[in-house]
Amino acid sequence: MTKLNAITVSRRGFMIMGSATGLIAGFIQPALAGWDPMGAETRAKPSFDPTLWYSIDASGIVTVNIIRAEMGQHVGTAIARILADELEVDWAQVRIDHVDTDPKWGLMVTGGSWSVWQSFPIYSQAGAAGRVALIEAGALMLGLTAADCTAQAGSVLGGGKSVSYAEIVTKGLTRSFTVDELAAMPIKPAADRRLIGQPVTALDVAGKINGSTVYGIDAKVEGMVYARPLLPPTRLGAVATAADDSGAKGVKGYLSSLILNDPSGTVPGWVMVMADSYPAALKASARVKVTWTPGPTAAVDEAQIQDRARALIADPAAGALLDTGGGDTAAAFAAAASTIEQTYTTATVLHFQMEPLNALAFEVDGVMQIHTGNQWQSLILPQLAVALGRDESKVVMRTYPMGGGFGRRLNGDYAIPAALAAQALGRPVKMILTRDDDARFDSVRSPSVQTLRMAFDASGAVTGMEHHAAAGWPTQVMATFFMPKGVNGEAYDPFAISGADHWYEVGALKVRALSNDLANATFRPGWLRSVGPGWTNWALESFMDQAAAHVGADPLAFRLGLLTGAGRNAGVTANDKGGALRQAAVLQQAATKSGWGTPLPDGTARGIATSFGQERGMPTWVACVAEVAVDITTGQVRVQKLTLVTDAGSIIDPDSALAQTEGAALWGLSMALYEGTEFVAGEVRDTNLNTYSPLRMGDQPVLDISFVDSTEVPVGLGEPATTVIAPAIANAIFAATGARVTHLPITPAAVLAAMAP
Amino acid sequence: MTKFTLNGQSVTVAAEPDTPLLWVIRDSLGLTGTKFGCGIGLCGACTVHSDGQAIRSCITTLRDVAGARITTIEGLDPAHAHPVQKAWGHLQVPQCGYCQSGQIMQAVALIGRFPVPSDADIDALMVGNLCRCMTYARIRAAIKEAALEMGA
Repeated sequence: MTKLNAITVSRRGFMIMGSATGLIAGFIQPALAGWDPMGAETRAKPSFDPTLWYSIDASGIVTVNIIRAEMGQHVGTAIARILADELEVDWAQVRIDHVDTDPKWGLMVTGGSWSVWQSFPIYSQAGAAGRVALIEAGALMLGLTAADCTAQAGSVLGGGKSVSYAEIVTKGLTRSFTVDELAAMPIKPAADRRLIGQPVTALDVAGKINGSTVYGIDAKVEGMVYARPLLPPTRLGAVATAADDSGAKGVKGYLSSLILNDPSGTVPGWVMVMADSYPAALKASARVKVTWTPGPTAAVDEAQIQDRARALIADPAAGALLDTGGGDTAAAFAAAASTIEQTYTTATVLHFQMEPLNALAFEVDGVMQIHTGNQWQSLILPQLAVALGRDESKVVMRTYPMGGGFGRRLNGDYAIPAALAAQALGRPVKMILTRDDDARFDSVRSPSVQTLRMAFDASGAVTGMEHHAAAGWPTQVMATFFMPKGVNGEAYDPFAISGADHWYEVGALKVRALSNDLANATFRPGWLRSVGPGWTNWALESFMDQAAAHVGADPLAFRLGLLTGAGRNAGVTANDKGGALRQAAVLQQAATKSGWGTPLPDGTARGIATSFGQERGMPTWVACVAEVAVDITTGQVRVQKLTLVTDAGSIIDPDSALAQTEGAALWGLSMALYEGTEFVAGEVRDTNLNTYSPLRMGDQPVLDISFVDSTEVPVGLGEPATTVIAPAIANAIFAATGARVTHLPITPAAVLAAMAP
Repeated sequence: MTKFTLNGQSVTVAAEPDTPLLWVIRDSLGLTGTKFGCGIGLCGACTVHSDGQAIRSCITTLRDVAGARITTIEGLDPAHAHPVQKAWGHLQVPQCGYCQSGQIMQAVALIGRFPVPSDADIDALMVGNLCRCMTYARIRAAIKEAALEMGA
């Protein structure tokens, strides 16, 4: 007979899983250590820790501490390459360690396409600091001065002699650096880079091919019980008044049901059904009858949410005005020779990451440990502390590789019910959501409504523009400290409006961000891959095509004419150097590569769109040409080819950069044509793959993806390509048929309706 | 008690006969490379082989596999170097990796049936395996590369 045999649970570790069959391959590393995709290694003493970010041990192994979570972007590899290049070590000597939530690491968040951009200066300086210290110490050992020595491949060289880093560390050195010293470190010129920009096999790939990678859902601990939650009929404001488990008591393995009391208000109305196996918890949960008093949004549907957005847009006093450099749009519109206006909408979108939400919680020495995949530990830890009624120092999160993040796991709300149950029961609880639970509990991409206006003078030149965008605001609901104030003093969610503050020269520009309070009350709006630009750029780039058509201009030429790089669009920092002219350059390159302007068969056409990525402060310049065939009898749209050109500055890991762009572009395609749900009676209509239909094998077009060769600051790549796809497709549909679609997802019915005279 | 063969070894499991094979493999037998995705057989993350055929273990019960020969990602090749796995590594197919055990098991079954798979064959037999990171182009290329090596 096979059964789980508990092995030792120690203070350090809690590996379990044994079996009479001897088949067990699983192994969980010590709970307070991090995750090393190449397997746990013992570091040889002594070691040299020139900064927080890495150590070099006596055998010369460099272990790089990674605070970013792995969810498919191979982020640890990219960050370690930055460090190893500057430190001058062989790549074979490098290990990575995904760390836990010790406060010493500071803000822990993996999102916004920020990881490489934010890590580059830190890890470059840290690597240079180690190199400087090792050269100083090595020079002494060689009887030379530091100026006579260089570092290469893990050794200090000088005077025809060499000493390895391992030998230097073994002899012992201590050297620490002040913040000012680190900032002044001599960073190598781009021409001297040895690893950055070169091909590499990502460190996390092997475990993902042989089944050995341990995701959050695979984490186990001795004595744990399995829990499946029963979710209330509304995300917010529900109360579970009774849970009758008499029907479940006959289920073998059923333990108990628990109405959660959550002082943090994160999971109101939740009931946890516990059993000694997950199948038993599933079976029992179907037999537990919960009585709920639903929250106030039990009857809300998508149309009401969108009507509320339209009402907000119609109220001129509502919302926050972004700083767009001044200018009086009212005067521009009053003086205009002609104007255009269009409203665009997008439907609710699910994250539908492959690994359903889960968390394992248990207490060790008075500290509640939560083992799960998470993208923003610093956001959820204070909420966990409130929920559990304990100090934040008594909660630690250990982050596992994620079976998809896409922004869902920036919101760590799912950690709270597992922790509450573990605390109430006094034993480890492993909670797993079913797929339907996961969809109902999703922090969806809010539906949106946007109205854009443009003013032209008698010559057809653009003199003013307005962009009004209303949606649920994730940052308002979950992270208000991240909200800046607009020029009218109103706070706004930057991630829900970014993209509208574009780099086009349009005269006076007004951008108004509106928080949809009904959306915020009905669900927890989420950050979903590309967040605000996912809808703002849909509207902006569709509208730019409409503007070009209005003045009879070619869509490419019209855009290039507005990307002049003048004034606030010149780009002044290292991050945005070149400004709008770099956006113009990728547009021109994508057009040229795609054969822009050359003939295509009837019913087939090209559409173009561009983006500056996630935010003005970190522009990733992207352009896309979509080649699309439209069946005018059915309205079916087939995307044949996507040509993308990206300028993301220096590319650290070329294959991962390509993979991220492939994935982002196909996410954009999936959301343009295949995905989308809607709220019905307070909840999302689609909860599994029988009705929700992301892009599949066979749906993908030819992809032609390239990057601008650059040594500028490396910026983000996980999201920017997402936002150009839908508008490029809509613009191609217009070019092919003269029909303008204004809603995402684009359905055949909408195409037919738009073609109707 | 239900007996079957898992990765070449005979196993006897005490779980209820209506337990989905997925949870038997993951929790009773401790092999976690096979993943839970949708629970209704439509994402393919739970794909394993039963007597050489690709099946969805989340909608297959323990009772269904009595006496069967089950293979999971861990047992595909003793050195984890099956030609399909090698192609997956060479082309760096995985991103998050969660679906890839299922993709690989499905791909091995596909090549068994179509030793020189066309694009249409790949579309038809891989359409049931969702990859949320959208690694489809690389999956396609890796299948062709592996098929070439296996036919050589």
